[in-house]
Amino acid sequence: MAVVSRVSAPAVPRGRLSLLTRQDKVLLALMLGVPTLVHLFLVWVPAVSSIVLSFTRWNGVGGLGTIEPIGLKNYSDIVSIYPPFWPALAHNVIWLGVLIALATPFGMFLAVLLDREIRGLRFYQSVFFLPVVLSLAIIGFIVDLFFAPEQGLVNNVLGTTRPGNLIDWLGTPNLNLFAVMLFASWRHAGYIMVLYLAGLKSVDPSLREAAAIDGANPSQTFFRVVFPAMQPINVVVLVITIIEGLRAFDLVYVVNKGRNGLELISVLVTNNIIGEASRIGFGSALAVILLAISLGAIVPYLWRTFHAESATA
Amino acid sequence: MTVEAVSGPRVFATVGSARRQTAPRIALQAFLVFTAALWLLPIVWAVYTSLRPYSDTAERGYVSLPGVLNLQNYINAWTQADLPHYYANTLIIVGPALVLTLLLSSFVAFVVARFPFRYNLTLLMVFTAGNLLPQQTIITPLYRMYLALPLPEWLSDTGLFFDSYVGVIAIHVAFQMGFCTFVLSNYMKTIPKELTEAALVDGASVWRTFWSVIVPLTRPALAALATLEFTFIYNDYFWAIVLVQTGAKRPITSALSNLQGLFFTDNNLIAAGAVLVALPTIITYLLLQRHFVRGLTLGATKG
Repeated sequence: MAVVSRVSAPAVPRGRLSLLTRQDKVLLALMLGVPTLVHLFLVWVPAVSSIVLSFTRWNGVGGLGTIEPIGLKNYSDIVSIYPPFWPALAHNVIWLGVLIALATPFGMFLAVLLDREIRGLRFYQSVFFLPVVLSLAIIGFIVDLFFAPEQGLVNNVLGTTRPGNLIDWLGTPNLNLFAVMLFASWRHAGYIMVLYLAGLKSVDPSLREAAAIDGANPSQTFFRVVFPAMQPINVVVLVITIIEGLRAFDLVYVVNKGRNGLELISVLVTNNIIGEASRIGFGSALAVILLAISLGAIVPYLWRTFHAESATA
Repeated sequence: MTVEAVSGPRVFATVGSARRQTAPRIALQAFLVFTAALWLLPIVWAVYTSLRPYSDTAERGYVSLPGVLNLQNYINAWTQADLPHYYANTLIIVGPALVLTLLLSSFVAFVVARFPFRYNLTLLMVFTAGNLLPQQTIITPLYRMYLALPLPEWLSDTGLFFDSYVGVIAIHVAFQMGFCTFVLSNYMKTIPKELTEAALVDGASVWRTFWSVIVPLTRPALAALATLEFTFIYNDYFWAIVLVQTGAKRPITSALSNLQGLFFTDNNLIAAGAVLVALPTIITYLLLQRHFVRGLTLGATKG
């Protein structure tokens, strides 16, 4: 395969591209172009189409010519006459809040505890990380094993399985959200723990020593020195947490198809395409709301990550 | 640790400081043991329930010592829910999706990491952002596209991307490529430029440089990503639920819903089904934990 004909000229200092044969250049174009086209076509074309379709009405029957522009009507309908929207938004906010305020700090706490020489370290790490490899769909089944009315663990332990005193965890709004959040946090904390374990290892040990010499106690050392030094990881963790909160879908869909107190924006989007009524423009408008919130997290993150890179490059 | 009394005060001093160190250590261990037990409880409970026949729990209650433990629920779940069929579906999807994702991502990563094109950074940003989007933000148009895009009969019995294995594989590849490209390009940037430059100067083609120099050196990152992506794709529920309509064509994670309808009133059977479905990822994790964790941290810490 190697073509050895073009090494004669002393053109090497002009950069690597000058060393390339035409075949090489074609190959490079393909290696870059084919995956990029696949990605753009299946991810970004739909993302942009969501935005365009959100200003239209279309039930999907008939060609693209039957798409009818209606301006902002989908959005005004969503906020005014679409009952599940505000509950769904509230649940997404609660979901995010619980992950950010409880699950993420607990994951970080576990990482801090495990960032030292202790007996059984590997075992603890493996255990805390185990839920992360389970799909959220399976976790939905585990939620059922815990919170089912008559057969679930919780009611059996509480002795609330008879008709008079039965607690219908999954059938009662708020209670069911609590139940799924508990398990979403179970999985999330392990994920965050692993990220922070890597983050803690990346902190220069001399920083801690310096803090100790200056008389800082362990919690001061952590919050004033170590935590700020982990800034890059903190950003990644925050972005991952936000995205996880917005992506939440499988868990509630397995538990009760995302109804009755478990509405989420992701579920509403899905219901508007595979539900009985196929309202494409309307579903797209819901998707755009989700998109706008996600980009609010993604764009600053990318700017931060890649801006720093281009500055050092 | 044996403290032989040699001289009075010194011994007392060491015992004292040892005791001060031991108390927090014991508290820490106690906390960790307790939390670990709590952490394992859901899985232990699922396994325990799955091992008990329905009649046993009906008679003694769910929170009780078992009268009988056997694998009957597993046998029933395996045969009644036709699990082998769905494992096969998953294999048909995960295999090609995994290979294509890693191959295409390493192409892009290689070019971006080794050749100073103008739009490299923009491209990386597009890939990374694409992978971070919630799936639901693109599903509505994607669903319509899948209904419109034809495929030859031998690739899809519907003649469309919709309701076909190719369709599910395609979206996995397109979506997961974002993350893998990001990780691989960061990893490849840490490989000394001299290696590839020397190869090119020696007259090796771009392909040879990629395949014989870069790919072997990237193997640790590829192994980590393969482990991680296997789990991601295996665990997918959403794409298959929406883009595959025929229940019999769904991969095992999304086929769980069939199981739910089938075993509606029998938690023991559901537990056995859930354990069986989770088993491949748990085994992968236990065997390849190192790769798994590295895959995640490579993504987060940039090489």
